Amino acid sequence: MVSPVTDDREEIALNEAFQAKVDAELKIEPKDWMPEGYRRTLIRQMSQHAHSEVVGMLPEGNWLTRAPSLKRKGVLMAKIQDEGGHGLYLYSAAETLGISRDEMYEQLHTGKAKYSSIFNYPTLNWADVGAIGWLVDGAAITNQIALCRCSYGPYARAMVKVCKEESFHQRQGYEIMMVMAEGTKEQKAMAQDALNRWWWPALMMFGPHDSESTHSTQNMKWKIKRTSNDELRQRFIDATVPQAEYLDLTIPDDKLKWNEEKQSYDWGEIDWDEFANVVAGNGLCNRERLQTRRDAHDGGKWVRDAALAYAEKRKKRAAKQAA
Amino acid sequence: MTDKEMLFEYLLRLGDNCVILSQRLAEWCGKAPVLEEEMALMNVGLDLVGQARLILDYAGKVEGAGRDEDKLAYHRDAQDWRNLLLVEQPNGDFAVTMARQLYFDLFQQLQFEALVKSKDQTISEIAAKSLKEIKYHVRHSSDWVIRLGDGTDESHERMQNALDQLWGFTPEMFDMDAVEQAMVDAGIGVDVSTLRDEWDARINAILTEATLKRPDVTWEVRGSREGKHSEHLGYLLAEMQFLPRAYPDASW
Repeated sequence: MVSPVTDDREEIALNEAFQAKVDAELKIEPKDWMPEGYRRTLIRQMSQHAHSEVVGMLPEGNWLTRAPSLKRKGVLMAKIQDEGGHGLYLYSAAETLGISRDEMYEQLHTGKAKYSSIFNYPTLNWADVGAIGWLVDGAAITNQIALCRCSYGPYARAMVKVCKEESFHQRQGYEIMMVMAEGTKEQKAMAQDALNRWWWPALMMFGPHDSESTHSTQNMKWKIKRTSNDELRQRFIDATVPQAEYLDLTIPDDKLKWNEEKQSYDWGEIDWDEFANVVAGNGLCNRERLQTRRDAHDGGKWVRDAALAYAEKRKKRAAKQAA
Repeated sequence: MTDKEMLFEYLLRLGDNCVILSQRLAEWCGKAPVLEEEMALMNVGLDLVGQARLILDYAGKVEGAGRDEDKLAYHRDAQDWRNLLLVEQPNGDFAVTMARQLYFDLFQQLQFEALVKSKDQTISEIAAKSLKEIKYHVRHSSDWVIRLGDGTDESHERMQNALDQLWGFTPEMFDMDAVEQAMVDAGIGVDVSTLRDEWDARINAILTEATLKRPDVTWEVRGSREGKHSEHLGYLLAEMQFLPRAYPDASW
């Protein structure tokens, strides 16, 4: 996406002033003028992020009723509640750009808007809940810490709040893995199985290689994005490999090796065909996840209608009393 | 039954309600009618899990047989559960969940208000701590019953049906038996039969505001005090207890 090419002197001046503000590290606020492309990009990214929080409840919800202790159930419920909260901040932040929550839902339910493709993978054993916290939230934080410095004020501020809670979730996830990895033979096998299935999808969360990324250059210039996909991915790998070693679990990458010179890990290659395939709708859970959201929304319409009707009646009664 | 056994039994009645109702609320995850409600249902469920843990932990200590909160929650079969029949009933639609919640929240509030005065200090402290949460639960469920009752024609009809559907499970809440009486005599428990009038008055006020009718149903069922449950409980437990049962040597 590039800035609109225009002969309009006024618009050229506005664009220049906008870019100067961004370059000076000043935040863009909802009422400020912004290029249409900037607005569209943010709506796409922020709504996708909000949808990911909401759809992301489903793979965890799959184990909520089978959480193996009361403590674990409570912790997972609190986490899911936090995710709902993140969804709310993000929808509200996106609304400052002139789109309503209903429109965003509509885009999700019709498939026009995406959510993080990782939630199209199934959660098959309890260690998956740990792996999601450790790896998926871990990857998300790596991305989101960079977003705390995003040029759009409401998004940057939402990310600061979200990051605090996410890092808590990441530690809780790792703690589940630790207990499993140190547990019985079966538990350790569950932990390894979960790592095997979630490792590569977690790396895919950072998006295509910089050389293949279509939006990156403009987004960097606008400071929506501050760090490249490959750099963030490498940062995540370098932080996570020692954590896996500590658990005595094996990362499913035979090319993974410490590079003394780079002071960083060398690693294999993501199966980009699989990535494209899951994004295209061929993951195990794509249809189910979306259908669950649609059913919740459609099935809840009568409740939302009732709440609106009731609020309307109250308003009328109050007006009548005042008269 | 010895005094200790009666106290243990009494604590199971208090704690099991919280375990089973929180499990039902967990089933709503990802399916709530609106995102704010997704959070509210998880929040109520989480409070109930917290209450369950405190009560069952204490029950295990009173019993003195080495069972902790999880041993009690995950290794008892249906006949050993002492939760009210009401709380094990399936979620149904949102109106059914709110009716179940209102009936129970109001009862639990009255019960725990009285338990604050319990001579058993642990029970008194748990009740005081839980009441702050329960008051929010009551506000949440009564607000929804009023909104749905006085909302649209459809929501009114669904809410009325939900109230009717669960009404026959409520008389059991106010039953006294030897265990309840012994707890009252010892200054530990509350005479639940005396809570009925206040519960009725509060329910009537909410239903009037909601433009709903007090259910006019003649059936009533009971049995949970003796471990006689509806068929739903077995499935709920099968799901909830799966991991600790399948891997009894594991800790999580």
